[in-house]
Amino acid sequence: MSAAGAESTLLTVRVDRKVYRRARTEPVEAVRGLAFSLSAAEITCLIGPSGAGKTTTLRILLGLDHDFEGAVTPDPNAVGIAMVFQDPRLLPWRTIEQNVRLGLPRDRRGRDLDGLFESLGLAPWRERFPGALSLGMQRRVALARALALEPRILVLDEPFVSLDDTAAAGLRGLVVETVAGRGTSILMVTHNVAEALEIADRLLLVSARPASLLATVPLDRPRGQRDRAFLEATRADLAARFPGVIAQ
Amino acid sequence: MALIARLVSLAVLLALWQGVSVYADVRTLPAPSAVLAFIIREAESGDLLFNVGVTLARVGISFVIAMSLGVLLGIALGRSRLADRLLDTPLLMVLNTPALVITVLAYVWLGLTETAAIVAVAINKLPNVAVIMREGARGLDPGLEEMARTYRLDRRTWIAHVLLPQLQPFMVAAARSGISLAWKIVLVVELLGRPNGVGFAINYYFTLFDVTAVIGYSVVFMSVMLAIDALILQPLDAHVRRWR
Repeated sequence: MSAAGAESTLLTVRVDRKVYRRARTEPVEAVRGLAFSLSAAEITCLIGPSGAGKTTTLRILLGLDHDFEGAVTPDPNAVGIAMVFQDPRLLPWRTIEQNVRLGLPRDRRGRDLDGLFESLGLAPWRERFPGALSLGMQRRVALARALALEPRILVLDEPFVSLDDTAAAGLRGLVVETVAGRGTSILMVTHNVAEALEIADRLLLVSARPASLLATVPLDRPRGQRDRAFLEATRADLAARFPGVIAQ
Repeated sequence: MALIARLVSLAVLLALWQGVSVYADVRTLPAPSAVLAFIIREAESGDLLFNVGVTLARVGISFVIAMSLGVLLGIALGRSRLADRLLDTPLLMVLNTPALVITVLAYVWLGLTETAAIVAVAINKLPNVAVIMREGARGLDPGLEEMARTYRLDRRTWIAHVLLPQLQPFMVAAARSGISLAWKIVLVVELLGRPNGVGFAINYYFTLFDVTAVIGYSVVFMSVMLAIDALILQPLDAHVRRWR
């Protein structure tokens, strides 16, 4: 490990350019100049208009797409990244418990998961099929599948969208606990600004397509002390500075 | 309830048959009781069991061959565009070749042998299985594929827990439609070039104009195939859908 400060940096992503080329259609430039790094025990929220190339950026970060100009260091396969998709993407023909275990490498599938299921409130559901669960509970299962890997970076794609307030708050609490308890680095993609202001340590504001990084906004006040006044003032300030990304 | 409805419809059919046979010529439409008497006589002589057994063995072997090759071919066609482009035309050709032509050619090229009979049935059925499986393999959930890649599922895990469960309903559909196709074709194949089996027996009694025997054999064999569907394939279907 080198200089102090850099040692908590887990992953650096730099996408200079990403162009989709398909036969018989115009090439589409999805990303132009988007660079950031992720550190331990930090919640980073990536905010931008829909269709801005956020998903593209996630695919690159996860090491699923290598066809771009730029670099991800170190190799994402070596870092330990787990992903929670927006639609839970569980295997409907396998039980909750099997879904979580199948996400693990073969040699770790037999490990003890009682604590994990207990902490996520999934213990009574272990033998059920995903179809029997609400969307909120299915997202919890997806979160359990990601956490079972004990990742150093957890990527969440719109994790709270289309959940009722209670379910969203419950899941949000679990995510925050994970950062506090395990020092996981969390990258969350969202277009819900209010939500991001509540839990993020840092906002990455991204422009419309082609996506480029407009600003990095640190939120210094601790999560517990963010009252309504702070949230509203911050939001108004950001809306004034970045009208294209954040609505009033 | 469903069972009662089935039994009632069966009883009505039998009553109709009995009723019509009273007015019809006994030689062309025997009564159900006469057919039953024939079945019992034939069973006692051992011929019935032997012929049905031989035919079932042929159906079974060719079914297994056609299913395994058809499933592999269908998955390849559904997953690889190149394979689909190369093999689509030959597949369509075989699909549209009459069963009779395939059977005759198999006997001409392979001789009047057991192998030729089984090959003929298998080739008749294989394209249907491949086409059904191709649809299944084309419709794989891209979201789950991405999940599998993100979580780096190894090949064995992917096949057993992601690929096959998505294909199972198509396999069962292919098996159910395939088995009824196979037994219809196997009778033609036996009629043309085998010295035993239900197809041979039906042809033999046809030359004697023994309609009672023809109907008797077909009723027995049909019952056996219905039983296989009800006792094996339908429970299998319910099993692969249990999570829904």
